[in-house]
Amino acid sequence: MSADTKQNLITQNTITIDGQEIPFQAGQTIMDAALAAGVYIPHLCHRQGLTPHGSCKLCVVDIASRSASSHNSNRRLQAKFAVDADSRSASACTMPAVAGQQISNNTPALNEVRKTITQMLFIEGNHICPSCEKCGDCTLQAMAYHLGMLDGHFPQFFQHREVDASHPTIMLDRDRCILCELCVRASREVDGKNVFAIAGRGINAHLVVNSASGKLVDSDLETSDMAAHICPVGAILIKEHGYEVPIGQRTFDLHQVSEIGLEKIILTKARQPDE
Amino acid sequence: MKNVSDADSNTAGTAGLIHSIIAKAYAESPHLLHVLYALQQQCLHISEEAVREVAAHLDLPSSQVDAVVEFYSFFHKIPRGRYDILFSNCTSCGYMAGGVDLMAMLGQQLNIVADNTRGDGLVSMGQTSCIGMCDHGAALLVNGMPIISLDVAMIARIAALVEAETPLKDWPSGWFQVDDNIRVSGLLLKDDLSAGVGLRAMLALGTEDTLSEIIQSGLRGRGGAGFSTGMKWQLCREVQGSAHYVVCNADEGEPGTFKDRVLLHSYADSLFEGMTVCAFAVGAKQGYLYLRGEYRYLLPHLQSVLVRRRELGLLGVDILGQPGFSFDIDIVVGAGAYICGEESALIESLEGKRGIPRVRPPFPVTHGYLGQPTVVNNVETFIAAAHIVLRGSVWFRAVGTEKSAGSKILSISGDCAAPGIYEYPFGVTIRQVLDDCGAKDAQAVQVGGPSGMLIGSAEFDRRLGFDDLSTGGSLMVFSQARDLLVVIVNFAHFFAHESCGFCTPCRVGTTLLKNGLDKIASGHGTRYDLDEMQRLATLVKCRSHCGLGQTAANPILDGLQRFPQVFEQRLVHRDFEPHFDLDAALGEARQISHRDDAAAHIE
Repeated sequence: MSADTKQNLITQNTITIDGQEIPFQAGQTIMDAALAAGVYIPHLCHRQGLTPHGSCKLCVVDIASRSASSHNSNRRLQAKFAVDADSRSASACTMPAVAGQQISNNTPALNEVRKTITQMLFIEGNHICPSCEKCGDCTLQAMAYHLGMLDGHFPQFFQHREVDASHPTIMLDRDRCILCELCVRASREVDGKNVFAIAGRGINAHLVVNSASGKLVDSDLETSDMAAHICPVGAILIKEHGYEVPIGQRTFDLHQVSEIGLEKIILTKARQPDE
Repeated sequence: MKNVSDADSNTAGTAGLIHSIIAKAYAESPHLLHVLYALQQQCLHISEEAVREVAAHLDLPSSQVDAVVEFYSFFHKIPRGRYDILFSNCTSCGYMAGGVDLMAMLGQQLNIVADNTRGDGLVSMGQTSCIGMCDHGAALLVNGMPIISLDVAMIARIAALVEAETPLKDWPSGWFQVDDNIRVSGLLLKDDLSAGVGLRAMLALGTEDTLSEIIQSGLRGRGGAGFSTGMKWQLCREVQGSAHYVVCNADEGEPGTFKDRVLLHSYADSLFEGMTVCAFAVGAKQGYLYLRGEYRYLLPHLQSVLVRRRELGLLGVDILGQPGFSFDIDIVVGAGAYICGEESALIESLEGKRGIPRVRPPFPVTHGYLGQPTVVNNVETFIAAAHIVLRGSVWFRAVGTEKSAGSKILSISGDCAAPGIYEYPFGVTIRQVLDDCGAKDAQAVQVGGPSGMLIGSAEFDRRLGFDDLSTGGSLMVFSQARDLLVVIVNFAHFFAHESCGFCTPCRVGTTLLKNGLDKIASGHGTRYDLDEMQRLATLVKCRSHCGLGQTAANPILDGLQRFPQVFEQRLVHRDFEPHFDLDAALGEARQISHRDDAAAHIE
């Protein structure tokens, strides 16, 4: 995608999200264009600057099929076989913006889907918000509030997940991991290391550490790494910095998750000297 | 990655053994899956130590090796038995296919619980997803070798052979004999192309005309998605890249599908001919056949065909004396993961990673194997292409319908007199197919396997084709005697087991659907649970990342729409029934305290 991006930067075009026309540049995804225009599309596994992932599916949007389009693409051919002929689902964070796309985003139906997906994330792991250090700074928790989620709805899976407290300054509590792979990507793409990976299949998928013992202490993770701070939930925490910001003054006590550019604010709450 | 690779090399015993196994396997084929297979075979598991050794030897992060070991069903971190027995759990070739629980029976005779290895390390037993023996009744894999047509008497003999530690080569050879069962032959099955005839026709045509013949033929992908094969080849050819690749998807894992097993066994020359035609058309030098792990027993045969073709000058440098036309094929064997049938997951697996479907676009045709333009086609598609080059697009188009040219090879199994392989022109009705295979009182047919469509008798006049009933080739027949809910529950378990775990809707959703169906099937479901099932199934279908999740809920949605009574007759007529069964939860405590009196029960 990026190879021919530069040539086309001049040609600006627009997509429409919930009736609002939004400009985009060639090479941008729907998410890129929306965030640049100040339009919030819920997301958990997306972070500007890291390779889009498209796994959490919070950013699902519906793109109307263009029946009267002049473009003759293969996708139209496929759309003919789709069950729902009116629109198709896409992840905003990975779907390239294409001129003229009519996108539904902030609709009751889509937010209901997102709420259910958020509930899935809650019941698959072991999330005990009141006793979690990340409470108030947790994007998953904030997402639940944002979407009006009142309970986990589904029966808890109560999965057995390992805690890794081996590292002197960093804690890994897999109970809270939502498999968003932000740490995996941050370590590879920003820190230039390769500390994390996902192993296992299906509901048994879990975060693993790339070290001989499989323990964090034997990896080259450091507190100055982005991977040590990027976790949107409380799975990766800095040790000995608990509750420095009191409940009531935390990120989502003061901000809505739908505000754009909160990442920096969450990072400063962790009180680390980086960035 | 700083790996202390020589830390253990001086310690004798296992470390030395592991090292030599890795070195030998790597010399034969450097593919990660193949090295891990050798370890699994010889050490019966892949230890932490082995993971580190492999990572060091292949210069990979140990987390990647670890992740791969945990992803594929046929790799284990805990030792398996010297006899590793895996029963298929498919509705057609599974351990319940004959109506008797053969796995429980063998477990009893060998004194072993499913999914376990016996204390003495002699034998382990478990279940695995469909192994593609659906036309032969109940089947299992023992150390990777299929044994078919199981019955009660054979189970007793197997138990005795295992206890006597009889080597597999001394087991009755007839048990391992897998016949093709070709019942109806059409365009492609009438004859296997004699080696090279397709390639000579292709060379006579030249690249442009070869491609245009494929396009003109109207051939569409036989894996089920139905993309124009000619267009795919042309797109790939037009993309600039440091190399182009041809990949054959022989990972047919859809329960009820076994046509590729037969094609690989008896039509391998046509297949390799088709792959070579594709290489010629797109300008590829290297091809891969991705063979599902369940069909590993076909590997020696396939290798021998490749060797013969090299000797005949049909593979290798300057094929058939055509200067500059060089192409060869390697075989990569999977290790038990249905998701690898999805083309981008297959490519990830080819690259020695977990089989996680990629984000699309970009599509493999522009960014495929190693990021280069890649054609991925089904076994049957390549074979059709070989025939088209020889006989012409007009010959192909003369059969089938306007939108679905040519023929379709079906794998028919389930409740019928003559399960096997049937090749029909597209446009044939389900009723015709059912008549031919001797399905007397079918109540339902699963077209295209669990990911396809479940239809009832009212729809038996529908036709096979891309514009009506599209299918990758699986056709499972269910008679009036079948409990369809059992079938749907089986499929839900299959998808939960095979979900790769990448996206939330499929990872969590398939497990929720499985649990919900189990609740209904066990007689604890209410109307509320049915409504939940419908809502959840729709979400999983519409919002999942790839084709697996998008189709995983089909059996449930089709069942709710066409056969609501099979669910409703199991419901309890209350507003709400909790998932959590308090009395059942006390079962373990009762077992420990050896109590089963009234006071030890709730209610």
